[in-house]
Amino acid sequence: MKKEIHFRLNGYEVAAEVESHKMLLNVLREQFHLTGTKEGCGQGECGACTVLVDGLNVDSCLYPAFEVEGKSVTTIEGLVGEGNVLHPIQKAFVEGGGIQCGFCTPGMIMSAKALLDETPDPDEAEIKRGISGNLCRCTGYVQIIESIEKAKEFVQAESADETD
Amino acid sequence: MQEFSFIGTETPRPDAADKAAGKALYIHDLSRPGMLYGKIKFSEYAHARIKSIDTSRAEKLPGVRAVVTGYNTPEVRIGFIRDNFALKKDKVRQFRDEVAAVAAIDPEIAEEAVDLIHVEYEELPGVFSPEEALQEGAPLVHEVDVRGRPKTDNRVPVPWKFVSGDVEKAKEKAAYWAESHFETPLIQQSCMGTAGCIAEFDLQNNLLIHTKTQIPFLAQNDFNRALAALGLKGKNSRVIVPTLGGSFGTGLDTHGYEYIAILLAYKTGRPVKIILTREEEFTALSPRQPSKSHIIQGCDGEGKLLFRDIRMVLDNGAYTSWGATTPSVMMLPISSLYRVPNVFFETAIVYTNNTYCQAMRGYGNPQAAWALESNLDELAEKAGMDPYEFRRKNANIPNDITPMGLHITTCGLKECLDTVADKLQWREKRGRESGKARGVGMASLFHVGGSGRVYRSDGSGIILKLDDFGNVSVISGGIEMGQGFGVALCLATAEALGVTPDKVTVITGDTATCPWDVGTHASRGAFTSCNAAILASEKARKKIFELASEHFMSRVKSKMKKQKRKNPDFEIPDLDYERICDPTEFDMRENMLFLKEEPKNAYLRVSLGDILRAAHYKEQGTMVVTEAFYDPCNQMIDAKTCHGNLSATYIFGTQGAEVEVDLDTGQVKVLNFVAAHDVGQVLSRHAIRGQIYGGVVQGIGYALAEEYKTHKGKNLNPNFLDYKIFSAPDIDFPIEIECVETHDIEGPFGAKGVGEPGLVPTAPAIANAVYDAIGVRIKSLPITPEKVLKALRERT
Repeated sequence: MKKEIHFRLNGYEVAAEVESHKMLLNVLREQFHLTGTKEGCGQGECGACTVLVDGLNVDSCLYPAFEVEGKSVTTIEGLVGEGNVLHPIQKAFVEGGGIQCGFCTPGMIMSAKALLDETPDPDEAEIKRGISGNLCRCTGYVQIIESIEKAKEFVQAESADETD
Repeated sequence: MQEFSFIGTETPRPDAADKAAGKALYIHDLSRPGMLYGKIKFSEYAHARIKSIDTSRAEKLPGVRAVVTGYNTPEVRIGFIRDNFALKKDKVRQFRDEVAAVAAIDPEIAEEAVDLIHVEYEELPGVFSPEEALQEGAPLVHEVDVRGRPKTDNRVPVPWKFVSGDVEKAKEKAAYWAESHFETPLIQQSCMGTAGCIAEFDLQNNLLIHTKTQIPFLAQNDFNRALAALGLKGKNSRVIVPTLGGSFGTGLDTHGYEYIAILLAYKTGRPVKIILTREEEFTALSPRQPSKSHIIQGCDGEGKLLFRDIRMVLDNGAYTSWGATTPSVMMLPISSLYRVPNVFFETAIVYTNNTYCQAMRGYGNPQAAWALESNLDELAEKAGMDPYEFRRKNANIPNDITPMGLHITTCGLKECLDTVADKLQWREKRGRESGKARGVGMASLFHVGGSGRVYRSDGSGIILKLDDFGNVSVISGGIEMGQGFGVALCLATAEALGVTPDKVTVITGDTATCPWDVGTHASRGAFTSCNAAILASEKARKKIFELASEHFMSRVKSKMKKQKRKNPDFEIPDLDYERICDPTEFDMRENMLFLKEEPKNAYLRVSLGDILRAAHYKEQGTMVVTEAFYDPCNQMIDAKTCHGNLSATYIFGTQGAEVEVDLDTGQVKVLNFVAAHDVGQVLSRHAIRGQIYGGVVQGIGYALAEEYKTHKGKNLNPNFLDYKIFSAPDIDFPIEIECVETHDIEGPFGAKGVGEPGLVPTAPAIANAVYDAIGVRIKSLPITPEKVLKALRERT
């Protein structure tokens, strides 16, 4: 069964005709060609498919596409600012050494964004909980956590700049 | 010590920004015009005769463009002893045997078509352990060998044996000895990005394949052989490697799914993409070689190691891949970790109907270290010595030759041991906390650090190409798989050439354009490619300085005139503008050429780009492109004696853990972890920390949590719910790492390899800490709560 869904994607109102069994991950990658969001397991175990739906980080591989009707979706591509400027969290991962093979990175960054939006000043335990659903095989998590701590500062500095 | 501009810094990786932005393209993200999707039908039995395959319903499904089996395609033999086939005929020998495959216009149709293929089997009795397979009258996994001669047993004709000195004599002289049996399970590499490829042919029947591999040139060779089997002898394969979502050894062999994609592409005339699902990644890819070791080590009255006797039985699975060669690496620590004069090592490698194994980070070293370093603690206890003191007494030293003929040059083992003992507060804690069920333990590692000549060539080529603007492309046959190969090469090139890292572009992963490289394995990537880059950079500098000798002063003059035009008050300095400088007068740093004699002279500075443009844009102009092929000073080991200096240099390290055991649940909790590694020289600080932290966490997983479980050949836990790899909250203890820099003369800027050692000694370090905590030794991995509770109960 096919249906046209309408939702907000990375700031733009979009529409797509999707089949009932498709997950949000399939729609993003196949129909919108946003390949930044990855499929790591297809079973909601690894978090590589993490995107934000109405600000909450979700596993898009288990999120039925029909359910996204009327909602706001942000993918990793949506964090890159005008003029190809990395979002402070993306910049923090680059400078903090939190990226190795990079496959978990988009999901990790989206979870970090959800965390920092909710808790601007998380401690180490809160950071680990915030990315508990994102598996990484390369880094051992240490430099990812350091990158999120750096991201904390970058985000705070940016909002300080904006209020000046 | 030497001062570097970029080596050892925290310069970000050049590939990081694209990965952070979601722009990096992995095999999953690639698409080719007219592409079809391939899907494989796997065996339903561990051991069975194939009676018939009915593909008619699958062929009729709308959207299906080809269905292949072993019966309608030419035979393609794979594996280094050629005992495997891309598609199986006559019989299946393991659950992951590929029986048929489909190419269709979308993945869902392909999946449906696979279900419509009907295979009739006659089940055969199987063998699921080496012991079972070696019994008299056991069913044969392979009835004939690769030459068609009948086999009489399930032994794999790849026997390994290493002898040094006289172990039997040494046993008589030993004052103390310890004997035990140790086991390690199947482990899945668990890359976050699963495996896959896209195969296609051009109109001349040359193959283009985008694939996840660490060995593009060896793969090219393998695929060319497959082309010959298709009747395309003399045609060429071009292997292109996209961004990899990890590899950890999965990319060291070529796989059934690649050959199947090639067969489907040939049959349909269209590109065919096959991507493994997570479940297929578990069930159809080759895991880490499991092992069963019987070990005896002995020492004299003073605690000096006298002998080491270790016999291993390896479950080869149904076909032969790199798992059967892990003993060639195990031999390194077995013969050479600590100074042991008498060594005996022998393996029995046996076919079974279990999954076959190939390479995983460490390549046999973690399995060997598990037995060696656990047993060493047992021996130290027998000898009444503290295990740290025992290790220190027997530690390797610089400039020594080991029983295997390995030439140890730099060696930081003592510093690593001391660092771990110090940071763990060893003297205060060892043997003193068992009342709290807490303890400390350590273990060391020995591995190749200057590549390892496992093939006749151990070479890595580099091409440096400079453009008109002073940008440099460093083109390498090596592979970035997340380990930081790219950043190491970028920094090494910048440092050696005299440019800044932002001017360097690393280009890898295309057999048609990149120079030959044997493969990114054996922790050799940075060691070999950076050495080649240094050689190519020296050639480039020589060329640049020769061009500068002609153009430098005229460029200076031109700059002065330009300055004067901008600012009429500027006084053009009185320099000898007509002078032809000697090439040896120049130096170049951070993109600028200057005279060595006057490094601070602000006028006598010309940019690299300026010189290159002057040399290019003139009659009989020239451009700067240089190359180097670095093949290290190491040797292949002798086929019979297994002696030889396998590597150009060796790496050492020690890791230690403090643990606490919950006596009610048996859970082992890590309280503190320390890793000290002899790395020669840090190249990229981000990358080396990532490699060591990442290795340690994988090692702790090996020690405590990971196990690929099977029952009668079938994988029981092919998903991340049941196969536990650690998540961030699991790392609830500090991990401290220390890089001991021993500045090895063979290494680029003194660096040695560091890709694999991070997870080699981790498991025995933890087992040794558990023993200190509760007085029980778990001898099979993983150290689960159930095993701990059972051992505690048995002790009381």
